[in-house]
Amino acid sequence: MNISRRGFFKVCAAGMTGSSLATMGFAPSAALAEVRQYKLTHATETRSICPYCSVSCGTLVYSLGDTSKNAKARIFHIEGDPDNPVNRGSLCPKGAGLLDMVQSPLRLTHPEVREPGSNEWKRISWDDALERIARHMKADRDANFVDTNAAGLTVNRWNTFGFLASSAASNEPGYLTHKVLRGLGAVAFDTQARI
Amino acid sequence: MTNHWVDIKNADLVLIMGGNAAEAHICGFKWVQEAKEGRKARLVVVDPRFTRSAAVSDYYAPIRAGSDIAFLSGLIHYLLEHDKIQHEYVKAHTNAPFLIDPAFGFENGLFTGYNAEKRNYDKASWRYQMGEDGFARVDPTLQDPNCVFQLMKKHFSRYNADVVSSITGTPKDAFLKVCEMVAECSASDRTMTILYALGWTQHSVGSQNIRTMAMIQLLLGNMGMAGGGINALRGHANVQGITDMCLFGDSLPGYMHSPTEDEATLDAFLTKRTPRMLRPGQMNYWSNYSKFFVSLMKAFYGPNATADNNFGYDWLPKMDGAYDVLALFERMHQGRMNGFVCQGFNPLASVSNKAKVSSALSKLKYLVVMDPLATDTSEFWKDYGELNKVDPTQIQTEVFRLPAALFAEHEGSFTNSGRVIQWHWKAADGPGETREDTAIMGELFTRLRTLYATEGGANPEPILKLHWPYRIPSHPSSQELAREISGYAISDLADASGTVTVKAGEQVAGFGVLRNDGSTACGNWLYSGMWSQAGNLTARRDNSDPSGLGQTLNWGYAWPANRRILYNRASCDASGKPWDPARTVIKWNGKAWGGNDVPDMRPNAAPEEGVGAFIMTGEGVARLFAPGMVEGPFPEHYEPFETPLGKNPMHPEQPAVTSNPAARVYKGDMEVFGKADEFPYVATTYRLAEHFHFWTKTSKINAILQPEHFIEISEELAGEKGIRKGDVVKVTSNRGYIKAVAVVTKRIPVLTVDGRKLHTVGIPIHFGFKGETKPGYITNTLTPVVGDANCQTPEYKAFLVNIEKA
Repeated sequence: MNISRRGFFKVCAAGMTGSSLATMGFAPSAALAEVRQYKLTHATETRSICPYCSVSCGTLVYSLGDTSKNAKARIFHIEGDPDNPVNRGSLCPKGAGLLDMVQSPLRLTHPEVREPGSNEWKRISWDDALERIARHMKADRDANFVDTNAAGLTVNRWNTFGFLASSAASNEPGYLTHKVLRGLGAVAFDTQARI
Repeated sequence: MTNHWVDIKNADLVLIMGGNAAEAHICGFKWVQEAKEGRKARLVVVDPRFTRSAAVSDYYAPIRAGSDIAFLSGLIHYLLEHDKIQHEYVKAHTNAPFLIDPAFGFENGLFTGYNAEKRNYDKASWRYQMGEDGFARVDPTLQDPNCVFQLMKKHFSRYNADVVSSITGTPKDAFLKVCEMVAECSASDRTMTILYALGWTQHSVGSQNIRTMAMIQLLLGNMGMAGGGINALRGHANVQGITDMCLFGDSLPGYMHSPTEDEATLDAFLTKRTPRMLRPGQMNYWSNYSKFFVSLMKAFYGPNATADNNFGYDWLPKMDGAYDVLALFERMHQGRMNGFVCQGFNPLASVSNKAKVSSALSKLKYLVVMDPLATDTSEFWKDYGELNKVDPTQIQTEVFRLPAALFAEHEGSFTNSGRVIQWHWKAADGPGETREDTAIMGELFTRLRTLYATEGGANPEPILKLHWPYRIPSHPSSQELAREISGYAISDLADASGTVTVKAGEQVAGFGVLRNDGSTACGNWLYSGMWSQAGNLTARRDNSDPSGLGQTLNWGYAWPANRRILYNRASCDASGKPWDPARTVIKWNGKAWGGNDVPDMRPNAAPEEGVGAFIMTGEGVARLFAPGMVEGPFPEHYEPFETPLGKNPMHPEQPAVTSNPAARVYKGDMEVFGKADEFPYVATTYRLAEHFHFWTKTSKINAILQPEHFIEISEELAGEKGIRKGDVVKVTSNRGYIKAVAVVTKRIPVLTVDGRKLHTVGIPIHFGFKGETKPGYITNTLTPVVGDANCQTPEYKAFLVNIEKA
């Protein structure tokens, strides 16, 4: 009978029958006298910022995998950054749960399409998704772009296409989104800051 | 925030009104606790609910949702009546001495120039008297009956404590107690900070709520001071940055205007948008508008933008009307839009009147959702029973869902509420085939560009001329973009003596060197300097704080110009001495401005020159009289569009001014406003400590902490309605209903308003049909479609409902 130390105590707790096992010579195997290893020892530490509210707390994101090619990193722990002058290492009940958002079962992992009138998602490739979206946009823009208004003024406007931009995006994708939208002639766009 | 998170610790009085920092901005709220411990500061909370902020306050006053202007106007009246203002400051730094056109007036709840049909004002009389020298006339004695100070006194005299108490439901003694505590901060060495959030913005009078408080802070002499300011506690981690990048149809990065159809040429645009100097010798910093604008055009169109083609002005789309989110959904609802992209945005849950949003989305040809998470919006077409009752076969919208990376899965910068831009690094790739936003936008654009280059189409020129210098065209890097946002020299820049100070290709040190001749490019002048020749300053991590004020000037980079406290020149008197030497932000040392912050002033502007502290205005001073506001240069109390009183108690005989007379309401939305006889309770939506908007319902731990949708009512209302704690109740507005668990609590005060008892229903927003939380209704099923008259933020905080046991 091979029984672990923990299992042995469980059995003992079950009652006299269990504890009498010991007297019959079934002793548990020797416990390793070693503390559990510090779980961040082999982790890569990355400085980041909590994406929730505008306190924008500094965070330390810990991942395994050394980020070299083919060693895909996996985030497994997130905590407050003690150097950050605003949050000084603390996180709130929202921020302390960040890992569960990173690992949420509701994360999207591949492009999908829901066809008109359909009741389900269909997986498609990025290439197909972007090609179809670009085709939709071009057809829409070509049909509805306004070169000039009634007075003959050049207005270069496309207002049958709208865009809601994310306030969770960083400044750089935000700026890029603005540049692309203006380039296309889009005017019908807004962001969470409004609401 | 004009100030910043850590600076809250320098306050003597912290007022939280229109927000709930202890729950919504938890790690920022610690600086309130720090002020209480370090400076013996007091915390005052004014709110319709006894929030967790209220629970740790020194004084709590209840208020009816949607009556803040009456409260604050009463506070202004108290300060003026009791002479509790900082006189020297008001004279030096505000437009109190300015003389107003005698034709300006206020009667029956309306300012002069109202057009009832158009619901707007002709502002012709809302202006300064101009002298023969071309500058505004002033009366430094503040005695002229047409000076701003006297007009203000008259305007606010109607808001005495009895009137305020009757409108707001705040007991008179509680109101006066708050007035007394605030009035103490008129001393030059005492400061109050105000922390507000969506509780002020989400009203049809939202902008005026904030402006009324700004007036108070000016009267007390608190703007520009350490521990003072007007501090908006904003939403998302980068909502400030995305606001600064101006992802709004009507703005360009750095708060410049989008050209409209009225501005046919670049010259006409710049003439209209560049403000005039209104007093002699002022900085009038927006006079540099053309430099910021041309530099942006060079960032957008690169070498294709030349002086000969007005730097590409014609390529920019010209606006023909409103395109804010409520206007967008109105257009979509009318069937005037074909395509729509939601980038990290869940409008089905977050925009008012879900039924309208759902019906609008159903009229689209194509919808694209870019998001790390499965949102309710992405499945608006799916039948979730009572929670989302739709028939998918009848919805012809083609919906694409693209997996995007989360914060830790890309690098870039976030700007916190205190305007500090901080870099974050990438820790890992996202799961599966996730892509970064920059890669999605980059590839979408380059595909469209290829299609237009090879096939032609409607005016391909603006697309083909867009400057796209990125190393991997389908995936511009955040570093490349940050350098473009910050700005660089295109050709050598020489100073007045001809010496080259910035070489072609170098990053510029700040917006001060931007030019309007096409020799500089800058994607956002406000962010100029964030990536200089010294490198990426947003990545700086020196948290040393030699002043002890918490300025940490070498941590990240604050806009503008790494300045941590805006208007800091106003922290000193006219001669340049700090009002409170113990909290010196900057001072004049005889030769230059300097101290513990980057001066908000020309560094060598001697106090004798009389350059005003508010350098962005043509006046050089702050505006107590503000003709820029659409519903009046002074604030006035107007009821929410769904009012429990059915009248404006300030003007009971004038139904035209019951609610904001200049607010925009669409046909169809007006008709579904509810009336108090059918919907007698005031509802107000709010947020919980354990959830963030509609994201955290997808996270297991948050779903465990707050698993299920609930609403909050008082014990008294519960008694009247026979509702017990834990019962499921149905909450109905004129637009729909939700069902949720009733939490019966002492935290919702019952108020006496206009002589009657008034109940409030509190409704958290965080739930929906997609998530790890228990499937629930979307709170915005209930909310009305009307926005703040100035900026169209929807009125989520005050509307009418009925409630019954389900």
